[in-house]
Amino acid sequence: MENIEQRVKKIVAEQLGVNEAEVKTESSFVDDLGADSLDTVELVMALEEEFECEIPDEEAEKITTVQQAINYVSAHLSK
Amino acid sequence: MVYSRILGTGSYLPANVVTNAMLAERVETSDEWIVSRTGIHARHIAADDQKTSDLALYAAREAIADAGLAPEDIDLIIVATTTPDMVFPSTACLLQEKLGVHGCPAFDVQAVCAGFMYALVTANNYIKAGMAKKALVVGAEIISRILDWDDRRTCVLFGDGAGAVVLGASDEPGIEHACMAADGRYNKILNTPAQISGGKIQGLPFLNMDGPAVFKFAVKALSEIATTTLAQAGVAQEQVDWLVPHQANLRIIESTAKHLGLPMSRVVVTLPTHGNTSAASIPLALDHAVRDGRIRRGQRVLLEGIGGGFAWGAVLLTF
Repeated sequence: MENIEQRVKKIVAEQLGVNEAEVKTESSFVDDLGADSLDTVELVMALEEEFECEIPDEEAEKITTVQQAINYVSAHLSK
Repeated sequence: MVYSRILGTGSYLPANVVTNAMLAERVETSDEWIVSRTGIHARHIAADDQKTSDLALYAAREAIADAGLAPEDIDLIIVATTTPDMVFPSTACLLQEKLGVHGCPAFDVQAVCAGFMYALVTANNYIKAGMAKKALVVGAEIISRILDWDDRRTCVLFGDGAGAVVLGASDEPGIEHACMAADGRYNKILNTPAQISGGKIQGLPFLNMDGPAVFKFAVKALSEIATTTLAQAGVAQEQVDWLVPHQANLRIIESTAKHLGLPMSRVVVTLPTHGNTSAASIPLALDHAVRDGRIRRGQRVLLEGIGGGFAWGAVLLTF
């Protein structure tokens, strides 16, 4: 089983159409990985699906880097 | 058992085409920005002297002729529109006059971009209840008149047009199954809040939208209702020949198709040249795909639409 970091990075790469090697924990979706506003919405939806959780809009707005996504998922992952 | 089936289709687009490049001369935007985020290249805009009922009339006449009927054969008229000719009477009554007929029931349905879904399902139920035999169902909009042409986030997204179908009583379906839904808690993320009061317009008379919130809600709601519709009808994805979605945003369409497991080669997309024509988009797309030979008699078609309210729905039919 892949860990959360690997799963998040895989989703980010898939959603934003970038190579998984380019996805670093410190990468910003918009500044480093070329995401636009709709990409970030789709990314949050993909995370919700993968980890079977609901990310409220006000929380989603704060998730702008790979690390922040990993942190959110780690803190809220249903056991 | 009485069912309803589509006897004919028709549509109309105003002559004036506005490209992304033309919009970029007016607001701070670019063809690249609009295309990458929406998939829209151009849209048709109604002439100043055209009314929604005029657009509806062209589409209606075409659908009635396609059904091999005359206007006097129509015994129910439902128009889905967000941009009626006037506060009242209904655009359906004005269309009835323009068609040169009178007497049959005629009314408007307001469910914004989901309006055609609501109108079609209402007409279907009239026919199943034996209250109509030949229903004219129109989606018509001049949405350009409620756009703020200085707001680059919204003015690039929409276009004007009309689409129509004639729904007739039939011994076999036709319309097989429909699911409709609404959730008024989401009224603020997509609206035009103005009202006429005391001889003045009160409130913002322009279309107002929280794009990302609408995007997220639309993808989820459409995927869910389409899946539910197929499951309740006992029809598998592979048995759907065509998905005709509301044409709002290419990325919403792609995302919904992906959730449904349908390849884009089985999705009718008119968005690039029509933009979002609100209640007109589904019948417009249906008519285009029927006339260019993609959708054929006997094929299974899934229609789905969503709009402000929020209101949404899906209809499964055999064409």
